[in-house]
Amino acid sequence: MVDFCGIELRHPVINGSGTFDAIAARRAFGDELLDEFPFSAFVSKTITPEPRAGNPPPRLWETPSGLINSIGLPNKGLDGFLADDLPQLAELPVPLIVSVMGTSHDEFSRLVDGVGGRDEVAAIELNVSCPNVKSGLIVGESPEEAKSLLGAIKPLTDRPLIVKLTPNVADPVPVAEAAAEGGADAVSLINTLRAVAFDPDKADRWLGGGSGGLSGPAVRAVALAQVHSVASSVSVPVVAMGGISTGRDAAEMLGAGAALVAVGTESFRDPAAGARIADELDAELARISG
Amino acid sequence: MRAPRLGERVIAPLGRRRCEVTRNLASGGYRIFSAVDPTGPEPAAGQFYMLATDSGWGGDGGRPYLARAFSVADAERQEGGVRLDFLVQAVGPGTSRLAALEPGEELWVHGPLGRPFAPPREVAEEAAGAILVGGGIGVAPLAIWRRQLLAAGIPARVLLGFRDRVNSGGLDLFDCSEIRLASEDGHTGHHGFVTDLLAVLLEGDDAASAAVYACGPPAMLEAVRGMCAERGVACELAMEAPMACGFGACFGCAIPHVDGGYVRLCVDGPVLRGDEIETALVPGSGH
Repeated sequence: MVDFCGIELRHPVINGSGTFDAIAARRAFGDELLDEFPFSAFVSKTITPEPRAGNPPPRLWETPSGLINSIGLPNKGLDGFLADDLPQLAELPVPLIVSVMGTSHDEFSRLVDGVGGRDEVAAIELNVSCPNVKSGLIVGESPEEAKSLLGAIKPLTDRPLIVKLTPNVADPVPVAEAAAEGGADAVSLINTLRAVAFDPDKADRWLGGGSGGLSGPAVRAVALAQVHSVASSVSVPVVAMGGISTGRDAAEMLGAGAALVAVGTESFRDPAAGARIADELDAELARISG
Repeated sequence: MRAPRLGERVIAPLGRRRCEVTRNLASGGYRIFSAVDPTGPEPAAGQFYMLATDSGWGGDGGRPYLARAFSVADAERQEGGVRLDFLVQAVGPGTSRLAALEPGEELWVHGPLGRPFAPPREVAEEAAGAILVGGGIGVAPLAIWRRQLLAAGIPARVLLGFRDRVNSGGLDLFDCSEIRLASEDGHTGHHGFVTDLLAVLLEGDDAASAAVYACGPPAMLEAVRGMCAERGVACELAMEAPMACGFGACFGCAIPHVDGGYVRLCVDGPVLRGDEIETALVPGSGH
């Protein structure tokens, strides 16, 4: 068992937000999904205050050992999530972490208030990759914005707050430190790296949303560097993600100071990847401890 | 376990499986390869699998990286599991690797996934039955659908169209001579589009009771959708979109829905009714 912010987890492998839809997966795989759930906690897709349709297609582009996505956070909005999705996610055999994103302190407050009071929710992840409409600054790129956001929402909930850090900064450490000072209980990284796919025939970007985010093994070395820097600088637990495909990859992240690892793009290639990586990690840790 | 009804969605095992490739044959300009799924169920027609080879996947410059979605062309339970047949044309790094599979090699699969074809609502003797319209590599799911329809006693007429000799094949999947063919270059069958053949059938008195099933390039699907909508004929389209996962995780395969917003082709499709979409011409589809 692993203790993460007071939550007991069966093993240290969870999913990255937006990379596994447990409700859709149950349609595809039936109740075997509940019996063999691949992750020790489930992180929801990001919820916004109002419903979003997401970006126009095309939304995906394969790169060498990676994937660019431009999905645009489609979701049912807070009310739709609470009414339709939360009861279904509560049937999962693992703790639920809900990811939320707002464009102001007010929006974040509404989201944290809405999900934080529900018994089904074990923790909240803050997606801070969006600009604050008041300052125009992306919260996850600005230590001041991050600290001020945490100050505003920390008092609203007793649930652990995890701040999802962006890798699209010169150095993720100042934002991680500011989030921890503001009251974050944990940080998670990395989000995707900003990327584009180009269509030379049209001399234009190929994805419907313009730019997107790169994930997969292509970003793993970058993720490892940032996880190592952040874990060396903050005392809160770090959830590491970015191209983890094997138990060996996960062991490297734990060795770099992470408390948990999250699997994302690898689940696309194998829906049971989380469970496989947890097993491989077990063997890897047994080997290391000799 | 109860055998699924015709057109009922079959649930997939959770994990991917390693399957042994048993054959890889040329079929016109395409290839038909088969692999035996040791533990999976028999799929429904219109469902698909995510495929990746065990070796040489990503070996050349890091691509292919993701698994590739393929409609199943036929399937049969046999000793050791379920034989799955797929039709492939080598066009990119994924399809080129799959087209080069050799017997004895191993293939990773997860599936069967997605919403299958639904049987015609009207199967009375005087009803026109099913009309299957395939274009290019899209003929694949119509082979298993035709076999399942005929086994259920539902008449099915098959119309297949190809661009030219190189971009044609898969006829070996159909075990009859009652297929009407069209080719854009005139090398076989009607010189023109497969939709020309469909137009003739839809002029019959019984056309309103027909059910059209189509799979092919976006322009063909859009023509079929428009013709059926105009004549009030039920139609189902097996569509394609860039897809990373196949089970609703990545949200990549979004198709605009007629009610607004998007549906995910992998869990809400790949088979959609013509009246569920405004157009089959979706940016990125068929790419």
